[in-house]
Amino acid sequence: MSTAAPPQVGEAAGRKGQRKRGGPTQTTDRTKAERKLALMLCGPAVIAMLLVTVYPILYAVVLSVQTVDLRFPEERGFVGLDNYAAVLSSPLWWQDLFNTTFVTVISVAIELILGMALALVMHRALFGRGLIRTSVLIPYGIVTVVAAFAWFFAFDPSSGFVNNLPFIPEDKAWFGNRWDAFTVIILTEVWKTTPFMALLLLAGLATIDEGLYEAAKVDGANAVQRFFKITLPLLKPALLVALLFRTLDAFRVFDSIFIMTRGSQDTESVSILGYNQLISRLNLGLGSAVSVLIFLLVLVIAFVFVRGLGTAVPSQGDKK
Amino acid sequence: MRRGMAIAIALAALAFGLVACGDDDESAGGAATLNWFIFNEPSGGPQKVAQRCSEQSNGAYTINFEYLPSQADAQREQLVRRLGAEDSSLDLLGLDVVWTGEFANAGWLAPIPASTEQAVTENVFEPVLDTARFEDELVVVPIWSNTQLLWYRKDRVPRAPETWDEMIDIGERLGPDTGRIQIQGNRYEGLVVWANALIESAGTSILSAPKEILLEEPPTEEALGIMGRLSNSPVAPPGITTSNEDSARLGFEAGNSTFQINYPFVYPSAKENAPDVFKQMAAARYPAVDPDKPSKPPIGGINIGVSSFSDHKEEAFEAIECLVKPENQLEIAELGGLPPVRSDLYDRPEIEKVYPGFAELIRESIQNAGPRPSQSPAYQDLSLAIQRALHPTTKIDPQSPEETYEGLRDNVEKAIKREGLL
Repeated sequence: MSTAAPPQVGEAAGRKGQRKRGGPTQTTDRTKAERKLALMLCGPAVIAMLLVTVYPILYAVVLSVQTVDLRFPEERGFVGLDNYAAVLSSPLWWQDLFNTTFVTVISVAIELILGMALALVMHRALFGRGLIRTSVLIPYGIVTVVAAFAWFFAFDPSSGFVNNLPFIPEDKAWFGNRWDAFTVIILTEVWKTTPFMALLLLAGLATIDEGLYEAAKVDGANAVQRFFKITLPLLKPALLVALLFRTLDAFRVFDSIFIMTRGSQDTESVSILGYNQLISRLNLGLGSAVSVLIFLLVLVIAFVFVRGLGTAVPSQGDKK
Repeated sequence: MRRGMAIAIALAALAFGLVACGDDDESAGGAATLNWFIFNEPSGGPQKVAQRCSEQSNGAYTINFEYLPSQADAQREQLVRRLGAEDSSLDLLGLDVVWTGEFANAGWLAPIPASTEQAVTENVFEPVLDTARFEDELVVVPIWSNTQLLWYRKDRVPRAPETWDEMIDIGERLGPDTGRIQIQGNRYEGLVVWANALIESAGTSILSAPKEILLEEPPTEEALGIMGRLSNSPVAPPGITTSNEDSARLGFEAGNSTFQINYPFVYPSAKENAPDVFKQMAAARYPAVDPDKPSKPPIGGINIGVSSFSDHKEEAFEAIECLVKPENQLEIAELGGLPPVRSDLYDRPEIEKVYPGFAELIRESIQNAGPRPSQSPAYQDLSLAIQRALHPTTKIDPQSPEETYEGLRDNVEKAIKREGLL
């Protein structure tokens, strides 16, 4: 599903771009040739994407309107929207949706602040830029499951070092109640994906003209004013793209929760709910309904970002 | 020029992807290759036995191991994915005792020929056979069993307690520094193992038939009361709501526990990791709920099934007959400490060596075991429903577990009907 969202963004942005550009612009032979080359380069990727994403998504939609349970092969049949009704009328779905939203909002907010700080520091680094950027990326390069295990073992009362730290009771069971468990889950998410946020923001910072800061300084703007009047407004496109990617990603949170609590203590996310129906119960109809609903929510998030907040990748290009 | 290269690279990448998908199915001439999908049992016992069977088959078959992950859930996940896609590369399936109903109802298990059934059920414990039957037919073949015992410190208590209440009383008298009781309370299958054993020991069952709930109220509440009492006791393990077999083992080896409910693997483990604890370690039968009713201990283990999509069913059943032969069960027990499924083997001196002083106890425990309701094809629904109703066990009020009982009953009823989300 992660692969399905970005093209959506690109498409919408592309359409917008065309509309703006439209008019009497002459297309030269050179641009034509370049477009053709671009199409040929994209072709294989687009075909591969269609094969590996569109087919499974359509198949999930088809399954979601049927009774399909691998354990009861004789019961197959069309049930319309019954599976969706079962999901939406279940308190479990709403509970898990709240949990997912909670983890998403809190972790993305923290990531944004930390990521911004890191990006500013990296942008202004005087020496060792390459080294700093590479080392910041390390957590992002670690497989999520491995990171989740590392954090799990660190906080686990029998194997972890965290309970030996000062001010923390020695037998504190971090995964024994909801909010402590959420704390560790969110910390893991933040630790793992802040670098991604920082790098996207850093790329945004690099596009801001240094001359603007010089001019502002001459006019007597202090550092805080420069940040809010220059950096933030000009960073907005990059910032929204970073937020969009991270929100879409965080909304599908699975690994950390699965490793740490398996969804117990009311920490279950919608992805784990889907997993339980699909893999544990082999109830493909019900599970597909959950998956399709998650997919729709992801689309809604993308839509809100693109249309509502005006996230658009090529707007930087338009300005140039 | 450059364009040509880009296309060539793209095509090469695609072709590579396609080739990588199609490298299966290498048909060996002569001997049929039987792929046995099972977790990698660390002792190597099954591998040794399988190799011997392959050699003895006179070229009829060769058993090849395809390893599944070590955790039961992950094993099942891989098996059901392949079987759901009707993968013919699976021949022998190493199945947990609770998967029988669902695999059989899904049509993934080949029927067992009468001649094989005769050979593989002789002298096998009745509760073990219960885990291998679906709708009164044998659908899988037990190869090894497992059961939980009460492990205790003989330097702290003169004799093992007979009931849960007695055990908690003793523990609380010793206090949390020495008297802790190690158990499995995380939201996973181990919690169902605990709950089911208590409910069975209290004198009732979760189901009376694959689609019929039993759960008589007074005994079930007695069982739930014990879960609540232990979970809220000062001698419960600190992370009881996240504890599993391994945390229980480690907790006991740390020395501040007097009791542990666990499988026999903890015995060799303590010998290796905590020799001082090991010297004082003794085993007794799973505690009872009611002093007048003998306990019904949990039962685990592995059954072997033949995939209905296998191209070599005949050879596969031949192989199974060989794998579960008495001497092979003995060898698996000797190497890995896995309890045989034939009761007559417990008279053999080899078994006494594997379980010094408690071989008879294991036999008694398996013989009287109360299996989980694995005859239900919706067992996973039941398991999830029970876990959701009982976790965290610290929320069960030991004085009045009625509320938990109602929740459990509702959930089990929904699970039987397979209604709604779980």
